[in-house]
Amino acid sequence: MLGEGIIKGLTETARNFFGSYFFAERLTTVEYPEERIAPFEAARVFPFLVYDGPEALAGLRCTSCQICEKECPPKCIFIEKSKDKKPDFVGKQQFYPARFEIDISVCMSCQICVEVCPFESIKMNTEFELATTDRFGGLLLKRDQLAKPNAYYNRIHPTEAAAVDAKLAAEKAKFDAKAKAVADAAAAKAAATAGEGA
Amino acid sequence: MITNSDQIFVLLQHWLVSFLPTGLHPVAGVLLAVVAIVGFFPALFALTTVFERKGLARIQNRLGPNRVGPYGLLQPIADGIKSLTKEDIVPLSADAAVHFLAPVVLVVAVFMGFAVLPMGRNMVLVDMDAGLLFYFAMGASTELSVFMAGWSSRNKYSLLGAMRAVAQMISYEVILLLSSVTVVMMAGSLSLTKIVAAQNQYTHGLSHWYIFTPWGCAGFVMYAIAATAETNRSPFDLPEGESELVAGYHTEYSGFKFALFFLGEYLAMFSISGLGTTLFLGGWSAPLAALNWVPSWIWFFSKLMLSIFGFIWLRGTLPRLRQDQLMNFAWKFILPICLLNLFVAAAWRFMGEGWLRWVVCSAVLIAAYVALGLTEMRRGKIRPRSYRYAE
Repeated sequence: MLGEGIIKGLTETARNFFGSYFFAERLTTVEYPEERIAPFEAARVFPFLVYDGPEALAGLRCTSCQICEKECPPKCIFIEKSKDKKPDFVGKQQFYPARFEIDISVCMSCQICVEVCPFESIKMNTEFELATTDRFGGLLLKRDQLAKPNAYYNRIHPTEAAAVDAKLAAEKAKFDAKAKAVADAAAAKAAATAGEGA
Repeated sequence: MITNSDQIFVLLQHWLVSFLPTGLHPVAGVLLAVVAIVGFFPALFALTTVFERKGLARIQNRLGPNRVGPYGLLQPIADGIKSLTKEDIVPLSADAAVHFLAPVVLVVAVFMGFAVLPMGRNMVLVDMDAGLLFYFAMGASTELSVFMAGWSSRNKYSLLGAMRAVAQMISYEVILLLSSVTVVMMAGSLSLTKIVAAQNQYTHGLSHWYIFTPWGCAGFVMYAIAATAETNRSPFDLPEGESELVAGYHTEYSGFKFALFFLGEYLAMFSISGLGTTLFLGGWSAPLAALNWVPSWIWFFSKLMLSIFGFIWLRGTLPRLRQDQLMNFAWKFILPICLLNLFVAAAWRFMGEGWLRWVVCSAVLIAAYVALGLTEMRRGKIRPRSYRYAE
């Protein structure tokens, strides 16, 4: 019958119209500045740098390998390698970034830097209220602005961070065991040499 | 029953005019009424834009504007300030004079229509004998302004929009006129006050509104469809289809000129709803004799706002038609029924009182609707939309 669909459509919209006044669950709008919903775990906005321990610059996981800088499609990462080295989380001597900057006006949130990082150093942040009055300097995030503690990473991406922590702990255990084996072998050798000499 | 509250605006006008010398009374009275119309309807337009946005939002289970003022009611003020402070851009190759005139012509032509609408008992600016004819003459000149806008912009989208608008408005103008002609046949007059007076009678406490007759009901539905098309409202908003034509004929308008187009469109909606109310819904008369104590202007404006709600409801429900669907619908479906309705109205008039005319007239109209609908659907001219996607 001609016009049937129109009647059906009109009843549906009328149901929505009146229903939205009587049933609060119909309204899905979140009135943002006053009302907020917790960010989803998988949400991603712009990258940040993870550090271990209490001190930001001393504990940075980044070894300045510059893979992310080279892989970044819009080329928004700028890294300057340090001249000296500092010990990383297992105690190995590594370079660290003397400068690490991300231009978030260029960044396209593709997460490629996170995928390629071999040191679990760069991760995606969920912070999105980044408005600033200075659109050039204010949107160029420096090393100290990018550095966030591991606890923060654990808070915003709990599942992912737990896996990363377990992986790093296993690596450290393996490194320690190897170091211990090396030390033991050296000690045994030293003992043997001492025995020979005696 | 004529109470003071019913005549409040008329009395107010007389009281204000009485301060002037007697010779100026007619002129001052008319000027006062003009000022009232020119002031009131734009205010109603401002309010309607908020209600429309809120209504559409509710239809989509959203909240709608609620930031400016209580419940977002001051939103039109913010919108007004925004459009007033915007840069007024005239394209370099545009015909500047016509480009400027188009929105002015639109608003003026639309305002002229209000002159003959009886908005309450004794509340009509010019009680013309050929009021309906005058109204349609003024309504037709809005097409001119739309084409002026599209042509003078020197923009292909504007021109396409204007051409669509002219094709659409002229096609539906025919239906608008023919569905109104039945009312003229029954009332025996082109004067809108006489048409209202003909409907302002009661038998057993029920009014004689024309919508309560088979031909009137059919006429009203066709009038409503034609009115929607005539005011370029969704689902007939092809002239400004933003997904196809940027904004149609007002693509090249910004700032206050754009606001004027917006105003003109809403004013046209009010005036065409007002005319529909006058023709089919008894104008300012009450539906039941028992409700006659409510002031007549309240009846008129509540019917008007109800029609506006109908427009908004349709807009929130229906998708836009395609150009060929639009034309087929007008010329092959509505027009035949419209012509048939003229004969039905004549039959109604000459069959005299009794139940027989109810049966015959309703049966003829329903049979025509079903038969025409089925044949058209079978011929594949009017049918649900089908979509073809790229493989």
